[in-house]
Amino acid sequence: MRGGETTMSPYKGVMVLGEMAEGRLAPITMELLGCGRRLADELGEELSVLLMGGKAGALAQEAIAYGADKVYVGEDSLFDEYNSDAYTQWIASFCQKTLPSILLIGHTDIGCDLAPRLNGRLKGGLSMDAVDLTIDPSTKLLISTRPIFGGNAYAKVVSKSARPQMVTIRTKIFSPAERNDSRQGEVILVEEKVDPSVVKVKVVDRIKEEVEGVKLEDAEVVVSGGHGIGSAKNFEMLWELARLLGGTVGATRRACDEGWIPVTRQIGQSGKVVSPKLYIAVALSGAMSHIVGCLGSKCIVAINKDPEANIFNVAHFGIVADYKEVLPALIQKFKEQRSG
Amino acid sequence: MHTIVCVKQVPDPEIPPAKFKIDPVAKKVIPPPGVPPVISVYDERAVEAACRLKDKHKGKITVISVGSEKSTDVVRHAISMGADDGYVLQDEAFENLDSFGTAYVLGKAIQKIGGYDLILCGRQAADWGAGQVGSILGEILGLPVITFACDIQAEDKKLKVKRILKDGFEVVEAPMPALVTVSSEIGLPRLPAGMALMLARRKQIPIWKAKDIGADLSELDRSKAHTEITEIFIPTRETKCEMISGATPAEVATNLVSKLAKMI
Repeated sequence: MRGGETTMSPYKGVMVLGEMAEGRLAPITMELLGCGRRLADELGEELSVLLMGGKAGALAQEAIAYGADKVYVGEDSLFDEYNSDAYTQWIASFCQKTLPSILLIGHTDIGCDLAPRLNGRLKGGLSMDAVDLTIDPSTKLLISTRPIFGGNAYAKVVSKSARPQMVTIRTKIFSPAERNDSRQGEVILVEEKVDPSVVKVKVVDRIKEEVEGVKLEDAEVVVSGGHGIGSAKNFEMLWELARLLGGTVGATRRACDEGWIPVTRQIGQSGKVVSPKLYIAVALSGAMSHIVGCLGSKCIVAINKDPEANIFNVAHFGIVADYKEVLPALIQKFKEQRSG
Repeated sequence: MHTIVCVKQVPDPEIPPAKFKIDPVAKKVIPPPGVPPVISVYDERAVEAACRLKDKHKGKITVISVGSEKSTDVVRHAISMGADDGYVLQDEAFENLDSFGTAYVLGKAIQKIGGYDLILCGRQAADWGAGQVGSILGEILGLPVITFACDIQAEDKKLKVKRILKDGFEVVEAPMPALVTVSSEIGLPRLPAGMALMLARRKQIPIWKAKDIGADLSELDRSKAHTEITEIFIPTRETKCEMISGATPAEVATNLVSKLAKMI
């Protein structure tokens, strides 16, 4: 590392790209501020946050209460709905003026789209889906830890000279900042307007999908089926158990590929990541690409005919049996328990 | 309509994790013995998306891959699905590139190929999963960028793309040419027919070196890397599986429920 250059670098401070939801700071913003505050304190630098939207100014004091030293407000109602082109252009131009050394972004719908494009413009160093962030005590570089190979391994990533050092941070990993209304900070209105000619991609429709019952990511119990389930009809048994426990049903990629269950139910590397209290893995072998989607579960129960199935290596409780025999008995037992 | 699809060859993720090994010193993954590498899952869906557009609008699909000579296998796979031409970009200078380096090389090859309406990439790679190459490539080429597509329609030089969001989806429109990254929700890739497989095996897949695409080697200099991996590791898991048994399924169920009693 060319140490001299770091201290001479015009890039300074930690900046958070705030997100808002329904007129309030989104939970990820508090998580970013909590994490950003710690990094800024370690570096002895300033923590700033950028808030964008027609009513962003109203949330500036709240952002200060959550730890920001400085709040930049891009108060334009054009920002109320996310537009990739407008955001990329405007934030890139803003960062080229403010020169943050570290830029923290949520690993959200917005962040996943925005961060790589922004990086393409700013020519910084970006690490996506970070689950841990530290400052190297000697080089003062940001070290981010991110999953690779679908979460089967992790990599530590640094950006030696490219700036800003950018990361998207996985949601619900970092504790949100604590609110302290006596904190003082500065609010700066950013006057620059969006150039509407940069908007090439136009959003024509946005549809919120109504999920029947409990959302997969929020469920406390997930009953998940693999290729061994054998048919779409056989999944009904999994649904019955899931409903009984107030949970929902997931599946492996192979079961989804067979068309037995919608792909929106897929758990694993190319599907969703869940961390329920109870994960019941039925007739699934536990391929690498699947288990990364459920390893965060508090308790994993595996039911499989094959005693050698890999799922037993990650499960807390295992049953070697045909699920067609065990599940009805289990359903019966839970029913008795409920009525008793 | 001419679509260029960028594909990557990755170690097969559908293996038991016990076969997954890393070399922490080289900071690389040791390919599992006896398991051939595959086309990255999202890239295969991108090829499928291109094939669907070709089914509807005719035209041509070109596939490119940065990798080793072995990457011809994934290019051939794409050709067996319906792509017309394929190129492998292989050079010592292309090894271990970061996202910017990979996007730069792809960009140079795409500029050489030229005459495209649409560029498709997987939303991220199934191995290192940086999730940046497509977007950076779009920025390099100065194209409209649309990420995480689950449906792509093209009419009169205009794209209509459905994008996956956490709670639903959105529909966006953009002029062509554009770059779109494809998510797995677009649906299953087609299975190549026997004849197509045979023809794909016979297809010439040119290998392009740095000089063939006019890549400036100083752009690929390691010291210019935007990000660097300093360490890789496999997290330790300390789970012991307690086996539940019983004489009858009912007994097994009773034993499990009593173990879970505290939890639910």
